[in-house]
Amino acid sequence: MFEKILTRARMRSPWMLHFDCGSCNGCDIEVLACLTPVYDVERFGVVNTGNPMHADILLVTGTVNHRNRNVLRNLYDQMPGPKVVVAIGACGLTGGIFRQAWNVVGGVDRVIPVDVYVPGCPAKPEAIIDGVVMGLEKFMEKQHVDIS
Amino acid sequence: MIRHGILIAAALIFGPLVGGLISGMDRILTARVQSRIGPPLLQPFYDVIKLLGKEKVVVNVWQAFCANAYLTAASIAVVLLCLRSDLLLILFIQAVGSVFLVVGAFSSTSPYSQIGAHRELLQMLCYEPLLILVAVGVYLQTGSFRIAAVHALHQPMLLKLPFLFLVLGLVLTIKLRKSPFDLSTSHHAHQELVKGLLTDYSGPLLALTEIAHWCDTALLLGFCSLFWATNPIGALLLVAVTYLMEIWIDNVCARMNWRWMLGYGWGMGMALSLVNLVWLYAR
Repeated sequence: MFEKILTRARMRSPWMLHFDCGSCNGCDIEVLACLTPVYDVERFGVVNTGNPMHADILLVTGTVNHRNRNVLRNLYDQMPGPKVVVAIGACGLTGGIFRQAWNVVGGVDRVIPVDVYVPGCPAKPEAIIDGVVMGLEKFMEKQHVDIS
Repeated sequence: MIRHGILIAAALIFGPLVGGLISGMDRILTARVQSRIGPPLLQPFYDVIKLLGKEKVVVNVWQAFCANAYLTAASIAVVLLCLRSDLLLILFIQAVGSVFLVVGAFSSTSPYSQIGAHRELLQMLCYEPLLILVAVGVYLQTGSFRIAAVHALHQPMLLKLPFLFLVLGLVLTIKLRKSPFDLSTSHHAHQELVKGLLTDYSGPLLALTEIAHWCDTALLLGFCSLFWATNPIGALLLVAVTYLMEIWIDNVCARMNWRWMLGYGWGMGMALSLVNLVWLYAR
């Protein structure tokens, strides 16, 4: 029963961390638009933390390059489990139009495991909210993962 | 003896519970003011349960100890308030808890945490003298620091200590870290210090500090209710109006810097207290 309450609480209180991995700011603006009165993701308990140690969901936008791959890895490692990663936008998914640039590693999943992919250029706020809600369902699957 | 046991248990359970519900209501009302729908009423409890179930990352042992000490001190203060104990003792225990929170933040090397801790110290420097002045006013009015003496009064204390009640409101705003005094950390969207004081508290430790914060809220609102102790409905109304004012101030004010806080807090707080104390003395 305790496990059930905990899972319910996890699904209702996803604190997010937004990391701009070298995006053109298109997706970033859409992510922040979710927090405005129009979309108001605080309805679902989402809080924009800005601190990896408090976050449950990592939203990553933009291509990963050789410079910021370490930062991304570091942020992911600093988040206490259980955690979910949502990659947002064409660049976050595959590297987008920058894929063949010499300094680009590719999508977010080349560096850290990604749970939900939200396509779009830029991704619409509705799609991002859908992605986060899909990410919440991943907590159901992750509940048996040893977190100690 | 049994009565005391029941009172202590009730304080330990209902103190944080009431604080959490107030915090949930606060978040809904704030959202409505910003024309949002806002989270459900039980959101703070979901947050804390989730945090308790998260992986425990301890940056150092001192910080873990400090989080526990903060919660212990905050809950002891609430218990003593329910037992109608000595007002000064309650305030000092509450201060010890806050100091532990600051020491915990100082013990980590994160610059955000360090600056947040410095600012929290300044906030304490600002409100602690005012809190003591309010207690002095209560003493002048009742002839005792014991809360039982307040309950023995026939007339609400608010009529004799109106300015000191305003000072208590100021203290409440600083203590609850509402705008314009949310310097060290904030419940709102992140600021230049990210989470400031709470940056390196995470998972279960953050949950402990959150529960302790609920206890602090309950304690200070309990202190406010003493100003209309003759009638439970009056006390409830007074607390409700005070807290609604807090939410209103929180939403209409922007964050100010610590220099302004010290100047305004001490200037305004001490002046209002002195007027009220001199009036009480000369009466």
